[in-house]
Amino acid sequence: MTENQNILVPEKEYTTLNLGPTHPATHGIFQNILKMDGEIIVSAEPTVGYIHRAFEKLAERRPYNQIAPITDRLNYCSAPINNMGWHMTVEKLIGCEVPKRAQYIRVIIMELARIADHIICDSVIGVDTGALSGFLYIFQEREHIYEIFEEVCGARLTTNTGRIGGMERDFSPKAWEKLEYFVKHFPEKLQEFENLLLRNRIFMDRTINVGPISAERALAYGFTGPNLRAAGVDYDVRVMNPYSSYEDFDFQIPVGTNGDTYDRFMVRLEEMKQSLGIIQQAMKNMPDGPIHADVPDFYLPPKEDVYSKMEALIYQFKIVMGEMDVPKGEVYHSVEGGNGELGFYLISDGGRTPFRLHFRRPCFIYYQAYPEMIKGAMLSDAILTMSSLNVIAGELDA
Amino acid sequence: MKIPIEIDWLEEVAGRLRENFGEQVLNVEQAYDFPVIVVEKKAIIDILAFLKNDPSMGFTFLTTLCGLHVPNYEGGEFGMMYQLHNMPENRRLRIKIFMGENDLDVPTVSALWPTANWMERQEYDFFGFNFVGHPDLRRILNMDEMNYHPMRKQYPLEDLGKHDKDDAKFGR
Repeated sequence: MTENQNILVPEKEYTTLNLGPTHPATHGIFQNILKMDGEIIVSAEPTVGYIHRAFEKLAERRPYNQIAPITDRLNYCSAPINNMGWHMTVEKLIGCEVPKRAQYIRVIIMELARIADHIICDSVIGVDTGALSGFLYIFQEREHIYEIFEEVCGARLTTNTGRIGGMERDFSPKAWEKLEYFVKHFPEKLQEFENLLLRNRIFMDRTINVGPISAERALAYGFTGPNLRAAGVDYDVRVMNPYSSYEDFDFQIPVGTNGDTYDRFMVRLEEMKQSLGIIQQAMKNMPDGPIHADVPDFYLPPKEDVYSKMEALIYQFKIVMGEMDVPKGEVYHSVEGGNGELGFYLISDGGRTPFRLHFRRPCFIYYQAYPEMIKGAMLSDAILTMSSLNVIAGELDA
Repeated sequence: MKIPIEIDWLEEVAGRLRENFGEQVLNVEQAYDFPVIVVEKKAIIDILAFLKNDPSMGFTFLTTLCGLHVPNYEGGEFGMMYQLHNMPENRRLRIKIFMGENDLDVPTVSALWPTANWMERQEYDFFGFNFVGHPDLRRILNMDEMNYHPMRKQYPLEDLGKHDKDDAKFGR
């Protein structure tokens, strides 16, 4: 030992780890620059905006019916909910009452979308803990849901379903058949999925107390949806401000206690069962009647009429060219999306396009709590926390 | 066509605000099913803090906030909208401020609600508001090198050479 040796403890060195923007474990375009002490995260700095597509600006240049395809690309795991949310916003602005049958059909489609969204999130939590089988089995059910969407509107992922004033078409007999098949067989498949993970020791060890957030912090960070309910706050837009006849249905809002990954998983699992209950009630009590309101200014006339009637032709032309008469006004409408309160703040100055359209995107708002939630956690837990938050890149970056 | 929904608590809340802030409360109205209160910009932080912290108000949840650009509104070209929610009583409230285009300093509300951090960064990015006191005022969705604020109305979405959507061609 030489005399000149530095006896002071050298300053601690941290490793910088660039997680993302494209990494198979992050399920989307998310970049986090992590400061690591060994395998412990000291701090995280998220960068967002990699797939920003300027939706708010785009919407200022598009007629009202052409904005629905934009909303598809927000949370693309549950696109129909976004579509319906937008249609309901415009219906509020123009003061249009949608017939009961259309409302019930919308409820069925929205709840199917919610189940699909939660299937993705919950099964991916499983994948990130190393359990791939659950994901493989339950994705069959998501496929069945997408087949129903295909039967209803022709598309699977970005559905652009529903129209301002109602639905574009009624369910076909084939769609009813597929829906009945799904409702009949989904519970057992969900049970199978549950059995694989719910009391699985490895899964519980990996998720309990991982990425917790208290109810107080969650509210301060603007959490909504399953993530807020997992923290113990029973806020659900479907109950608070019922839309599309949700007040007719009997369902429960599951809440967690710790707000950790396991609670978020459990809340989504229970919500799938409640959604299935809502679908069954809607199928049982499906009212008869028209599937769209009488709003010729917004709702495309039947094609036969367009070819044979002058008036229908004019309306068809005006709607397709985006020349609709919209009243001046300012509305906010929110729906319970797959991952929280999806709000549309719309200002109309009476022109052919919105004057201003602001999307309240739940992901964007709660993702900023992510650095706080993973501070002091292991890298593998950070991955799990992100997948359990159900952050969807399309909605985050809008 | 307005949906006639009576909000019975609006006068009570507006009355409390007038009591405490007097002339700073400029206008109280109802936009469809939503109460809107327009206030002076210099009082915004006090009013929001009052609405959040006063036990009789209880608007503890910030649902969203967004910027507005109204080029035709002389002296109030830019605006901010804050949407608050009193969850236990299910009351929602929208607070608006307007300001001239040469004075885009807005006090930040990120000290009241941490969630306002990114929301304000987004509005800075798109409109160029200067949120005074914001801990980290950088662009968020657009690239850092961008030298303008794209949501302002003077920046058209499509290039100016296109005339196929001119209002004049549709008789307006």
